[in-house]
Amino acid sequence: MAYWEPIRELDEQPLVEPGSKLREVTHDIASVSERPAPRGWWICFLIALTFTGIFTVCVAYLFYRGVGVWGNTSPVYWAWDITNFVWWVGIGHAGTLISAILFIFRQKWRTAINRFAEGMTIFAVICALIFPGIHVGRPWLLFYVFPLPNQMTLWPNFKSPLLWDVFAVGTYFTVSLLFWYTGLIPDLATLRDRSLTKWRQRIYGFFALGWRGSNRHWRHYERAYLILAAISTPLVLSVHSVVSMDFATSVIPGWHTTIFPPYFVAGAIFSGFAMVETVLLIARSVFNLKRVVLMRHLELMNKFLLLTSLLVGYAYAMEFFMAWYSGNQYEMAHFLVNRPTGPYWWAWVWMVVPNCVIPQLYWFKRMRTSIPVMFVVSIFINIGMWFERFVIIVSSLNRDFLPSSWGLFRPTIIDVGVFTGTIGVFFTLFLLFMRWLPMVSMTEVKGTMPQADPHYSPKGAHPEEEDEHDPLPIIDETPMPSTGGLVPEGAE
Amino acid sequence: METRSRKPTRAPSIILAEFTSSHAVLHAAEKVHEAGYVRWDAHTPFPVHGMDRAMGLKDSRLGWIVISFALTGLTGAFVMMHWMNGIDYPTIVGDKPAGAPGTLPSMVPILFELTILLSAFGAVLGMFFLNRLPQHNHAVFESDRFRLASDDRFFISIEAEDPKFDVDVTRALLEEVHAHHVEVIEEDVS
Repeated sequence: MAYWEPIRELDEQPLVEPGSKLREVTHDIASVSERPAPRGWWICFLIALTFTGIFTVCVAYLFYRGVGVWGNTSPVYWAWDITNFVWWVGIGHAGTLISAILFIFRQKWRTAINRFAEGMTIFAVICALIFPGIHVGRPWLLFYVFPLPNQMTLWPNFKSPLLWDVFAVGTYFTVSLLFWYTGLIPDLATLRDRSLTKWRQRIYGFFALGWRGSNRHWRHYERAYLILAAISTPLVLSVHSVVSMDFATSVIPGWHTTIFPPYFVAGAIFSGFAMVETVLLIARSVFNLKRVVLMRHLELMNKFLLLTSLLVGYAYAMEFFMAWYSGNQYEMAHFLVNRPTGPYWWAWVWMVVPNCVIPQLYWFKRMRTSIPVMFVVSIFINIGMWFERFVIIVSSLNRDFLPSSWGLFRPTIIDVGVFTGTIGVFFTLFLLFMRWLPMVSMTEVKGTMPQADPHYSPKGAHPEEEDEHDPLPIIDETPMPSTGGLVPEGAE
Repeated sequence: METRSRKPTRAPSIILAEFTSSHAVLHAAEKVHEAGYVRWDAHTPFPVHGMDRAMGLKDSRLGWIVISFALTGLTGAFVMMHWMNGIDYPTIVGDKPAGAPGTLPSMVPILFELTILLSAFGAVLGMFFLNRLPQHNHAVFESDRFRLASDDRFFISIEAEDPKFDVDVTRALLEEVHAHHVEVIEEDVS
């Protein structure tokens, strides 16, 4: 049996609509950047840009006045800034999971969503990195976190989990960017070759690096992609583990737990899948990608959400159990009393209900395959996972060992502005990406189609003879510029 | 186009054969390989399964480049942390030893991260190095039809510098293997 054929015993469906041609895939995906932007794109973009503006104003004010403009105060010194950081880093994880881990497991359905998810990773990590950058109080001294010689001849403390975090998230961003760009090269070459204007050809051609689909290149390229996937797999598991150590190595009840690394990784993948789905559903309807992003892909993602929801629910339950089982009065006071009944009980409810209860809808196939249901559920999960981090950070800090030092955190308008602003930054970057770069990997989608199999012949023998009568459509009708690649004029 | 009318000496630099299916190009590649050509290539919109074997290509050596980068990252990270916190400015935190071996457990995350970081650079830069990319100028781009190589067409290119290259013989070979279209690309010879 050929590898592209769905396994009937497993009730599999074809990955691309049967009968699709390679050229149709190219056209569907590449033409998004060649047509004028649809109205829906402009509406989304202007909204996102507005929030980016709010973000800029709030951060300018923050730099002008200092971190006192946030609600952070004794004893809650970490609040929305770190909540947002952890939330954004977590969202990025699904992208790497889809692009790397599913690649290694040869889950071919990932081809419809992997480019997308990788883009999401990069933009989410950019938003995440903003927060440690702006929360230090003196952002112009941020370089102290890097091992650079300075006037105090002092080096960073490499035993600090906060420094591990700098390396983990920095590495994560760099590797994700390299992975994303490597995957883009052949598709950039497609855009270069389809371009009808000089500047498009120049810009895409520059970044396509002169890619010519050479098999001698594919040989090294595929190996590079495999290695990147192989090293990204432990990397993605390590990043949120290291983030969780920021908390787990401290002595605060609610933070000091050994379950944190796997718990954070599961939560990260959960929230990331939800965000991929939110964004994918918007893109699918705005750019009409129903031929590539099938219901089957969405249903698989919903199954994944159900699985990770159960993992997260297990971690919540285990925290409770361990608090009781440890017999430690501070642990018990925190987990059994402060979280569900303390001043932030409503945040705890917002954590448990959207993350553990609502995704149970996905046990039913009708729910898994309903677009409105999955859009609403994915939004709920995004909110729920934000509250998870809020509960972990703020409700652990607001009541520590001495009741005399208890206090409450209240966000200010600048807190809200910076956070919603990063959502604007994220969507601004994302919409620009969707508009100007192929948001589905054309190369990989074609590679999963029957035509990619050298032993495939549509109606029996001699496929090449049959294709002789296949008219050369679409692109041949359009005038072609005189140079094929990025050739400087006069080089001929 | 103006330069062409000056009529300098032009000679074939590459011959391009177009195919319409992965099956046809794979079959043609086997024949070209059997005919003993060495300076030739197949151009496909996606990697075609079995093409490496049809072309007689060996396994990629990229892994060796990556492992050397990985080991550099690992040792670099160790040397950096041990020298900075253990030797140059011994930093004692929580009554724990300043340098290795006592600090090895706390070094693990950064040892790991820098190994991964350098490996990723090794994979991407090593791939560019082995492929001689970026190379924006290549004879195949002179063909207008070659634009379809990134869409749905498959090409075989044979360079004039190949010792067995002969315009007529090579063209005949490519036509014999059912090329959809064969094109000789000429370039100025100085």
